[in-house]
Amino acid sequence: MNAINVSGLRKSFKAQAVLGGVSFNVKRGEIFALLGSNGAGKTTTVKILTTLLRADEGAAQVCGFDVRKQGREVRACISLTGQFAAVDDIQTGRENLIMVGKLRHLPDPETEAEKQLEAFGLTDAADKPLSVYSGGMRRRLDLAMSMVGGPRGLSNPQGRGVQVVFLDEPTIGLDPQSRLSVWNTIRKMSKSGATIFLTTQHLEEADSLADKIAVLHKGTIAAEGTAAELKKLAPPPKLELSFLEETHMARAREILTEYQTEAGALTLLVMTDGSVKQAAAILYKLESAGIAAAFAQKPPTLEEAFLSIIKEGTK
Amino acid sequence: MNIKYAISDTVVMTDRVLKQMLRSPDTVITVLIMPIMMLLAMRFVFGGAMNLGGIGTADYMLPGIILMCVLSGIAYTAFRLNNDVQKGIFERFHSMPIAKSSILGGHVLTSVISNAVSAAALVLAGLLVGFRPQAGLVGLLLAAAVILLFIAAMTWVSVFFGLIAKSTETSSVFSYLLIGLAFTSSSFVPVGTMPAALAAFAKYQPMTPIADCVRALFLGRPRAGSLWIALAWCVGIGAAFWALSIQAYNQRRK
Ligand SMILES: Nc1ncnc2c1ncn2[C@@H]1O[C@H](COP(=O)(O)OP(=O)(O)OP(=O)(O)O)[C@@H](O)[C@H]1O
Ligand SMILES: [Mg+2]
Repeated sequence: MNAINVSGLRKSFKAQAVLGGVSFNVKRGEIFALLGSNGAGKTTTVKILTTLLRADEGAAQVCGFDVRKQGREVRACISLTGQFAAVDDIQTGRENLIMVGKLRHLPDPETEAEKQLEAFGLTDAADKPLSVYSGGMRRRLDLAMSMVGGPRGLSNPQGRGVQVVFLDEPTIGLDPQSRLSVWNTIRKMSKSGATIFLTTQHLEEADSLADKIAVLHKGTIAAEGTAAELKKLAPPPKLELSFLEETHMARAREILTEYQTEAGALTLLVMTDGSVKQAAAILYKLESAGIAAAFAQKPPTLEEAFLSIIKEGTK
Repeated sequence: MNIKYAISDTVVMTDRVLKQMLRSPDTVITVLIMPIMMLLAMRFVFGGAMNLGGIGTADYMLPGIILMCVLSGIAYTAFRLNNDVQKGIFERFHSMPIAKSSILGGHVLTSVISNAVSAAALVLAGLLVGFRPQAGLVGLLLAAAVILLFIAAMTWVSVFFGLIAKSTETSSVFSYLLIGLAFTSSSFVPVGTMPAALAAFAKYQPMTPIADCVRALFLGRPRAGSLWIALAWCVGIGAAFWALSIQAYNQRRK
């Protein structure tokens, strides 16, 4: 059974169509990243899946329950960390966690809070007011609140407790160091058995965390797959030539006019179709003209894949 | 949702909002110290200068000051609720398996409890500066009931504005308007001593019968029908804003 099934989801706000038929599946235990630019509809999708918003059309199941008709069952098996840290400023970190434990009707909220404080590296700050927490600490507390009472996950799929964790842009507004620490936290959450559904605008984030990525663009899933599969959708690798002298580079540009090139400081990127034949032809031409150059193959980045997917979708 | 969880969730939520209130010193000052200062000012500064129809200053003004105190107290109810709406913690709660009624319930109960405590504190302070209720037990209980009903009605007004306000800064503006209403009622001077146009307005707006009725109940004086008018206003306002609040609340899922 999948943790999440989504098919044909549509949602408009007044005249503005935000989701125009979104479908995807998330397997149990997977880290799934929904990748999209500003305003793509990531938060809208998360809100529909967490029962905060009703879709106009389409169906979605989370933990096997229909989000429209079985809201209560869905809410019992999920947790949500919204785009903006939803922590209670007036309470301490520990009090925030105990409050969530009580609301989840756990038998021993205090012990659970202690456990999460430790797991998220917040023990030292546990009894301090949130006003002294850094952005990264607030986010970690936010994530810890999502893990209270979970997961029973893989080993006990029918058990109560949080099984699917929704994280809406979990690293937004964090510095690189805090971002790395949140990434590690998310990996740990995943290891403990939770299925993770996260949204992000950052390719490297999806690349580094996710088992599976779906690209949301213009209201539909423009592409879906592992990071490696998506990279295959990118333009073929480029040939990067580095020169020691400007004159050699100028000469090379004259010779290679039939190819599309991009010039840098003493480097030239040549677009190829990725074939050995074309690479050989290019290198042969340079060699015959007596041009001294080093070459390297530049594999496509996920970013290039993303841009070309989006371009495809727009056509 | 099972009733045991509905109650325990509401207790957790109320505990949370009460903490918010008690840990914010300016809330405590505004809802408790300010009305007491006002009582003292009315009693000792303006005390001799007003014609209150033969009633002592403290006896006359205490009900009005209680109304003012409630009206400033509910500004914080709206503010705290709106803060939850804006900050996204509402969404966290909504995505959890908790009794829906506890989410607004925590704010409503906190508002009722804290305003009732302030009102009781004002009555005690009043006793120190010359407030002398003449009513029997029934009269006192009735006065307390009207005040509680007024608190509940005003709480739902504040819940509505807390839910719909686009920012926390504007969420409590309504309370200034209501305070204006209290000032232009019989809360602090008898309607008869006002200029004609103001008197006409004062006579028909809700704060006048509510203040008159609480005063009459405390002092054991004839109520001249004000009790029923006051009850009608409180129940009417409370029910209307309860319905509006529920509608505004449900609108959020559309
Ligand atoms: N309640 C609403 N009423 C009207 N329009 C809305 C509402 N919520 C979202 N929108 C619009 O829907 C579009 C998608 O919004 P959404 O928040 O889902 O995007 P997002 O992918 O999460 O973007 P971001 O990366 O900026 O968070 C936006 O154009 C937004 O303005
Ligand atoms: Mg968003």
